[in-house]
Amino acid sequence: MPRTKIELPNIEYLSILDEDAKLDKALEPKIAPETLKTMYKYMLLARRTDERMLLMQRQGRMGTFPQSSGHEAISMGSAIHLGKTDWHVPAYRELAGLLYRGWSIETTLLYWNGFEEGAMPPEGVNDLPVCVPIASQLLHAAGLGMAMKLRNDNSIVMTYFGDGASSEGDTHEAMNFASVYQAPVVFVCLNNQYAISVPIAKQMRNETIAQRAIAYGMPGIRVDGNDVLAVYVATMEAVERAKRGEGPTLIEGLTYRFTPHTTADDPKRYRSDEECALWTKREPLARFKKYLVAKGVYTEKQLEELEQELDTMIKASIVKVEEMAQSEELANPLSMFDYLYSDIPPYLNEQREELKKHLEQVKNSTNSGVSPQKASAH
Amino acid sequence: MAQMNMAKAINLALFEAMERDDKVIVMGEDVGPDEGVFRITEGLYHKFGDKRVLDTPLAESGIMGTAIGMAIYGLRPVCEMQFSGFDYYAFHQLECHASRFRNRTRGRVTVPVVMRAPYGGGIRALEHHSESREAIYAHTPGLKVVIPSGPRNARALLHSAIQDPDPVIYYEPKAIYRLFKEDVPEAMETLPIGQAQVVRKGKDITLISYGASLRPTLEAAELLEEEDGVQAEVIDLLTISPMDATLIIESVKKTGRAVVVHEGPRTCGLGAEVVARINEAALLYLEAPIKRVTGFDVPIPYFSKERFFLPDPERVLAASRETLSF
Repeated sequence: MPRTKIELPNIEYLSILDEDAKLDKALEPKIAPETLKTMYKYMLLARRTDERMLLMQRQGRMGTFPQSSGHEAISMGSAIHLGKTDWHVPAYRELAGLLYRGWSIETTLLYWNGFEEGAMPPEGVNDLPVCVPIASQLLHAAGLGMAMKLRNDNSIVMTYFGDGASSEGDTHEAMNFASVYQAPVVFVCLNNQYAISVPIAKQMRNETIAQRAIAYGMPGIRVDGNDVLAVYVATMEAVERAKRGEGPTLIEGLTYRFTPHTTADDPKRYRSDEECALWTKREPLARFKKYLVAKGVYTEKQLEELEQELDTMIKASIVKVEEMAQSEELANPLSMFDYLYSDIPPYLNEQREELKKHLEQVKNSTNSGVSPQKASAH
Repeated sequence: MAQMNMAKAINLALFEAMERDDKVIVMGEDVGPDEGVFRITEGLYHKFGDKRVLDTPLAESGIMGTAIGMAIYGLRPVCEMQFSGFDYYAFHQLECHASRFRNRTRGRVTVPVVMRAPYGGGIRALEHHSESREAIYAHTPGLKVVIPSGPRNARALLHSAIQDPDPVIYYEPKAIYRLFKEDVPEAMETLPIGQAQVVRKGKDITLISYGASLRPTLEAAELLEEEDGVQAEVIDLLTISPMDATLIIESVKKTGRAVVVHEGPRTCGLGAEVVARINEAALLYLEAPIKRVTGFDVPIPYFSKERFFLPDPERVLAASRETLSF
């Protein structure tokens, strides 16, 4: 009856392209130039859309939204492995992946501007929309993966969560369910080191989130989350494992949210400018761009053209969305009743009629000179 | 036609549903070889195997959350929560996701999931095993809530719940699982969700109830007839959301008096909703205030005193007489 050591797997850290764009050639993945271009394009599109949305929010043309800047490498480096029948199950900072998967800029603008239509997955795309309640989406991913396993479907699920979400019970339950059922799920953690204001040290005492994988009997790895090549390699290995029927993987990408949590947040209350400046320098786009130019995938001139192209695309989308928001279909308040159930139950129809009648009365009173505010006060 | 109790009828419905549609998956704690703590999943694991009958880890949010994922994938998961006293863990997934996916994706992503749970008191159970919190689910937009009151409607309602394109809470009044038998037809039946039934005709007063409370309500109706010569009409709601207000209102317009009976707590309970619907549509037909015979606004007492909390025929009778003599 000895007291012996139980051997547990070790947790690796992977970095291929560092913050100065120095490349570890031995670890460099072989990625086709066209694929590299696609990855960079959607990362840049996400960044520029995010920046434009911030401007719009400050002008009162956009609702409160969580910025995704800085998270493009984790999002894109992983989503690039998804095929048509696979599922992308995001939290809410995976804009690059969403755009790559076919969610339009318009959809994103609509969603964060208060239109349910922004949560409609594009036709023929197997994805779930943005998920606001922290960590709850991970169980949907586990369930999708379990269904694939039960139905002998060789597809996989890629799902995302933050460092704060790692404390939620649903995260534990999702990883445990996925592991017990050996579901083809890749859990990707965007560890940006803050859950709004709470630093990772107050979230957990463990060194990494990746090491929790050991507890669930699945492989886990931490990668430089600002290094798209490292994310690419780690998630590719996870996808291959999942497709071989070897179950889920946990990947932790270490990154930083150099923006506020949402447009309603003031990060100066909880972190220093020095820290933010240090991590902003490590952001993912600059080093990837240097890598692509050094590799000859893009010339400086082509990159400028790409910036122009995306800028035009974003501006056109904004114009289109602001028109859409005024359209009869999207502006109609009665639509709030129309999609709750497959058929509208009688009591809900009564409430629909009640609002319809009220709106007509308000409209008529307005026409006869009474202000809508006054009319609705009755 | 076969005689069976409600537990057997629910089991039969699961069996039939799994046979007719291979997308139907039964999942929950101990639903596999153990066949459920109330033996509702008897024979299913043996017949359909571990790809159709899933013993899950012990985690209610996990069960509901993964069931949502499976439903979105295209399966028809029927989740068993071992006792309704523990389904609060699943509530977050129901409130934030199951009830909302259709609405927020404008119909593109739907969640045809059923949550079954034994609920209610009356079996001398331990703490946290006797609650009636159906009102929480009825209060949640996007869910449907059905509650059978006997073997035949239990089987039919479960088929309707499983075939429904939206999430359905199917609450099983466990006090009557094996209390009585009823004829259940050979052929598979469904029962439209959202329809109540008049289970006893009458003209003097309307008694409205559902689930396990229906029996004391019917007993009270018999006593009213025998002792007072009063003809009580009894309505079994069967679906508590969306509630069949039309049937209730028609009856109350005829009788002018009503009593609502349920074992869940009174404040914001289903009785409050029934009263509001009657007030909105039939106030001027009323001869007396509508009374509520319900569980009290306290946690259900431990079983030594639960009988004082649960509606019984005497309480229904007393309330009816007050209403009749108003």
